[in-house]
Amino acid sequence: MSVAHAHVREPEAHRVGFVRRYIFSQDHKIIGLQYLMTSLVMAAVGGVLAMLIRMQLGWPGHQWGLVRWLFPGGFTDAGVMKPDFYLAVVTMHGTIMIFFVLTTALSGGFGNFLIPLTIGARDMAFPFLNMLSYWLYPPAIVVLLAAFFVTGGAPNSGWTAYPPLSALAQAAPGSGLGQTLWLVSLGILIVAFLFGSLNYITTVLQLRTRGMAMTRLPLVTWAQFITAVLMLLSFPVLLAAVIMLLFDRHAGTSFFVPSGLVVGGQLVTHQGGNPLLWQHLFWFLGHPEVYVLILPPMGIVSEVLAVHGRKPIFGYRAMVLSMGAIAFLSFVVWGHHMFTSGMNPLVGTAFMVTTLAIAIPSAVKTFNWLATLWRARIRFTCAMLFAIGFVSLFVTGGLTGLFLGSPAVDTYFQDTFFVVAHFHFVMASAALFGLFAGLYHWFPKMFGRMMDERLGKIHFWLTFVGIYATFFPMHFLGLAGEPRRYYSPQMYEFLRPLQPLNVVVSLAAFGLGLAQLVFVANVIYSLVRGPRAARNPWRANTLEWQADSPPPHGNWGPQLPVVYRWPYDYSVPDAAEDYIPQTAPAAVPAVAGGAADPGHPRTEGS
Amino acid sequence: MSRAPQVLDLPRVPPPPRAAAPGGRGPHDGETAGRPVHPARVAVWLVVAAVVVLFAAFTSTYLARRAEPDWAPVAMPRILWASTAVILASSATLAASLRAGRRGDRAGLRRGLAATAALGALFLTCQVLGWRNLAAAGVFLASSPHSAFFYLLTGTHGLHLAGGLGALLYALARSGAPVEQALDAAEPAATYWHALAGLWLYVFVILFGL
Repeated sequence: MSVAHAHVREPEAHRVGFVRRYIFSQDHKIIGLQYLMTSLVMAAVGGVLAMLIRMQLGWPGHQWGLVRWLFPGGFTDAGVMKPDFYLAVVTMHGTIMIFFVLTTALSGGFGNFLIPLTIGARDMAFPFLNMLSYWLYPPAIVVLLAAFFVTGGAPNSGWTAYPPLSALAQAAPGSGLGQTLWLVSLGILIVAFLFGSLNYITTVLQLRTRGMAMTRLPLVTWAQFITAVLMLLSFPVLLAAVIMLLFDRHAGTSFFVPSGLVVGGQLVTHQGGNPLLWQHLFWFLGHPEVYVLILPPMGIVSEVLAVHGRKPIFGYRAMVLSMGAIAFLSFVVWGHHMFTSGMNPLVGTAFMVTTLAIAIPSAVKTFNWLATLWRARIRFTCAMLFAIGFVSLFVTGGLTGLFLGSPAVDTYFQDTFFVVAHFHFVMASAALFGLFAGLYHWFPKMFGRMMDERLGKIHFWLTFVGIYATFFPMHFLGLAGEPRRYYSPQMYEFLRPLQPLNVVVSLAAFGLGLAQLVFVANVIYSLVRGPRAARNPWRANTLEWQADSPPPHGNWGPQLPVVYRWPYDYSVPDAAEDYIPQTAPAAVPAVAGGAADPGHPRTEGS
Repeated sequence: MSRAPQVLDLPRVPPPPRAAAPGGRGPHDGETAGRPVHPARVAVWLVVAAVVVLFAAFTSTYLARRAEPDWAPVAMPRILWASTAVILASSATLAASLRAGRRGDRAGLRRGLAATAALGALFLTCQVLGWRNLAAAGVFLASSPHSAFFYLLTGTHGLHLAGGLGALLYALARSGAPVEQALDAAEPAATYWHALAGLWLYVFVILFGL
């Protein structure tokens, strides 16, 4: 284990060239921004793929003139989207959005940027490893996107890559080299995630500044910490599965391929494997993964609600414990993705119980957010709007989770658009809103400039309405029985009446996609023309707002900040201001609801 | 993580006034009053956790795959007994080496690390010989599910052990430093090495003892 020493005593003396400062940087802030920016580019790629999906589902068999030229090979000469291209697009949309956008932006981006700043450290524990973590990400992207350009195209097996479709090169056009590239790309990205989470956990445990007890960590940092633990313990399982699947594909082993398969009229030589093993391994990662996506937004939202509501977060300890409970439970619920795989009903019932149990900590968090908002002096900033929007989407998506968590109901809903609606609310849209809330909130700290609030509000309302308009009708499609991932659901008589609704969804999706251009415009405009940000424009308590905007290399001056209180002393009665930074010495003002801060000696001030 | 509570305890002491505050507890940054726990000592446990999860995934698949009707066991290459003895011996020399290091005996530390690294290399050699024996008997990766798992598990373990060998050599290179710094390199390497020795026993039993 090599330990890089990037800790600088005199930040002013830090002089490095452009390449080491902005490209192969070991500074956690630069690495965080690299992760964020790359993820946003990938979000655009994933978003375009989503539009392609909606084109096909809204107007199946339509001859697209112009688009055909953008995706040669994906369309017939007449301009109709090919079935295998459609499946490739579905696969890549899911893969990119889950692993290459939300995980990388929320954990890689915000985790890197915020962890050292919020705990009062100068950098991560292992800056070199951190740089390595980011620099595995672009190669993973290149390998992944290369799949579009090889013979057979990108994989057709969905982001879950179930064998035998993903195990046999002859199973589908995309099951050839494209699937191999997909697996290799994921393998590279997993290593990047493991390096990252190793760093996050060690940094939070070891590099907290004086006075920063674990009980004084901001919730955003708690969320990143717990997420890192989840990643560390779940991604190796996917890595194992990826290695075994690669062996099945290229070394002739048979971990996942059953005997007696006939593909294309030919008997497959593999024998005795079990495709369900892949599903178990995949979902043992896959379910923690959705919490890897939603815990960081939960932390961001907790932070934003308190700062822009000018109130202490309600139930700090319950928030931390519920995140821990969610993380723990996420490891024992994977079977609910496999209710229809022929599992023993007793096992299914056990998975139902653990699955529905997650509703408890989730509800604790939701009610705590609502209680934080209760009688708050809310500033309706863009960050706050997105945070409130997160709560809304999380509840909408969470409620349908209760239906899907029941094996009896899931038997009907499995692989229908109801599932698509569910996870696009609770995991995709909610996580996206958390991402936006975080971006609007920390943009001033990241770039030293304020974002345009007016453009931000337009962006928020278009996105909020667009998401409900796009994904809510999918519940009805699913209830009516429309399966997901089908190239042409209309081939079934009973699904044909749903076509007008599919057109509505597609139009809403296009609007939602276009609305994101407002965000892009806002980022560019604000970077160039945005008013300079002060150190602490939101009058927030946490440590990152005590550093310059943007913070210099090494984050702090010659002395590290010292922490005297928890991060949520907002609107403390009798205090001079409506916020008391964590660095304010304890003796001066009273502590609001100090019960949440056992580390703080409460002799004075009462 | 046995050392974490130490970290948690600190803030219960009321922090000193700002002027006297010497700052945080980053490693080697001169801003710390006492000697902090080196991050590598924490990180190594996380690495071990990730490796254990990786093997748990492989071996749980193994146990499930074993239940399929086409399972046919492969005869164990006898040299694996030698591997097992060698890796146990390497753990012993490593423990002795660290004991010497903690006593301040740098020569003992160095000797022990060198012996452990040599035994580690010997272990890997035994493993490769085991592979060659099997291959000579016509048992390859794709020959049977058992052989596939044999190569997969021993290969993955061997790769991780090779990484541990690198860590030992790094610790050896650092063993000339003041003994506390030398131990900062040696002790995480030792934690990892012992974990891999234990993991080998687990893999050995899973593959041939069940």
